[in-house]
Amino acid sequence: MDLLIPEFGTIIWSFIGFLITFLILAKFAWKPLLKGLKERDNSIAQALQAAEAAKRDVSQLHTESEKLLAEAKAERDKIIQEAREFKESVMNNAREQAKQEGHKLISEAREAIRSERAAAIQDIKNQVAELSVAISEKILVRELADPAKQQELIEKTLNELKFN
Amino acid sequence: MYSKICKVLVPAFMLLSLGFNKQLFAASEEHQAQEAVAGHEATAHEAEAGKFNPGDFMFDHIKDAHDWHLLSFGHTHVSIPLPVILYSKNSGLHMFMSSKFKHGHADYKGFHLETSGENKGKILEADGSKPFDISITKNVAALFFSIFLILLIFLNVGKAYRKNPLKAPSGLQSFVEPIVTFLRDDVIKPSIGPKYERYMPYLLTLFFFIWINNMLGLIPLPPGGANLTGNIAVTLTLALFTFAITTFSGNKSYWKHIVNTPGVPAWLKLPPLPIIPLVEIIGIFTKPFVLMVRLFANITAGHIIALGFISLIYIFSEMSHPLAYGVSVVSILFNVFMMFLELLVAFIQAFVFTFLSAIYFGMAIEEHHEEHAHA
Repeated sequence: MDLLIPEFGTIIWSFIGFLITFLILAKFAWKPLLKGLKERDNSIAQALQAAEAAKRDVSQLHTESEKLLAEAKAERDKIIQEAREFKESVMNNAREQAKQEGHKLISEAREAIRSERAAAIQDIKNQVAELSVAISEKILVRELADPAKQQELIEKTLNELKFN
Repeated sequence: MYSKICKVLVPAFMLLSLGFNKQLFAASEEHQAQEAVAGHEATAHEAEAGKFNPGDFMFDHIKDAHDWHLLSFGHTHVSIPLPVILYSKNSGLHMFMSSKFKHGHADYKGFHLETSGENKGKILEADGSKPFDISITKNVAALFFSIFLILLIFLNVGKAYRKNPLKAPSGLQSFVEPIVTFLRDDVIKPSIGPKYERYMPYLLTLFFFIWINNMLGLIPLPPGGANLTGNIAVTLTLALFTFAITTFSGNKSYWKHIVNTPGVPAWLKLPPLPIIPLVEIIGIFTKPFVLMVRLFANITAGHIIALGFISLIYIFSEMSHPLAYGVSVVSILFNVFMMFLELLVAFIQAFVFTFLSAIYFGMAIEEHHEEHAHA
């Protein structure tokens, strides 16, 4: 039964022994150990955080550069588009102008031709009138030189005239 | 790191054994001489018993003693004598080696070592009264050795952290660190809560003290083999530490829960029968009591089983020798199996003691939120 009865001497020695062990370990083992563990935990956490931040920075840089690239591309496309449009408009204008110019030239030419022709026809008419007058004068002169012929003409004309 | 420990330990052992050897052999020679002179009268008790008594065999090993028994041939006992420190009301303070008693065959300065009966193994005065005994017994010597070993291990580890905490752990450090982080993150922090750091040094000391002593108890040769954590005085001391820390850490809400438990009808808390406070107050004491008994019983039981298997060999050898040889094979196999089991138990008991202590501390400092807890 005395197995179950604590010996006072053993209690005293184990109390002193455990207390001294505890005090020494607390100061010289657990304190540096726990502090060291905490420091290491912190440094690892910090390193992880730094890595995370760096990763974020890199991805931000990446997106920024991508954005810049996209902007540049858009700018380029815009410039090309504008140039194309400008070229188009310039060409259209030129074409339009040329057309108009052509039309104008043609119509002017046509006008000139018409007036020239009218003048020429007028001239021809005048000349034909003068020529026919001269020809009829010469014919009359020659016809009426013979008095028989004059008689015949008078008669013919009188025959043609029917008095009714 | 290993070779470093060896360098320290080996000379220490040699010194220890050298110191004891002289007295040891002196003691056994004297013993033999005396036996030769006195015939077998002095050992009449042993001779008369004659037969192997497994109960005595086991309990002699489990119990504390004033010398550290190594082996016996016939009636020659070889053991390491240990210092006896006594305070007698009659004759004051005495200090001498236990070899003076010649294993209970001689008186010294009016004291004698009981060899049988109720006080077997105790030192008594001539009038049969017990002096105040603070001797370095087997358990106390084992305690000193384990403290030496613990300090050696953990001061070394502590030094490594002091030098450079950011370095990856190496050597002993890498053995200790995972256990410490396991205890911190999976045992102590969840049990105590955010204020766990105050209790870390005590709980870590407790865990490693119990664990290392449990394992030293499994080594059959000195300086191991003492049943230190299976000694009720030692477990009582450890439980008292936990009890004291729990009681002194108790906050208002802890005491309120004991004296005036919320959510319990008033008639259960007031005279004539304040049953709930009574139960709670008893609970304050049963918690450390259970810690004390659990560790003591588990470790002692382990030693008893191991010794039981050894006893079988002796019991059968009294019947027939060939049978004993056969049994010894089985016994040893069972013993090896038990050793492995006890290695596990050594860890589990240290863990349980630490875990429960942490839970008690957690209960003592917990801040209760009445509305939620008892809604």
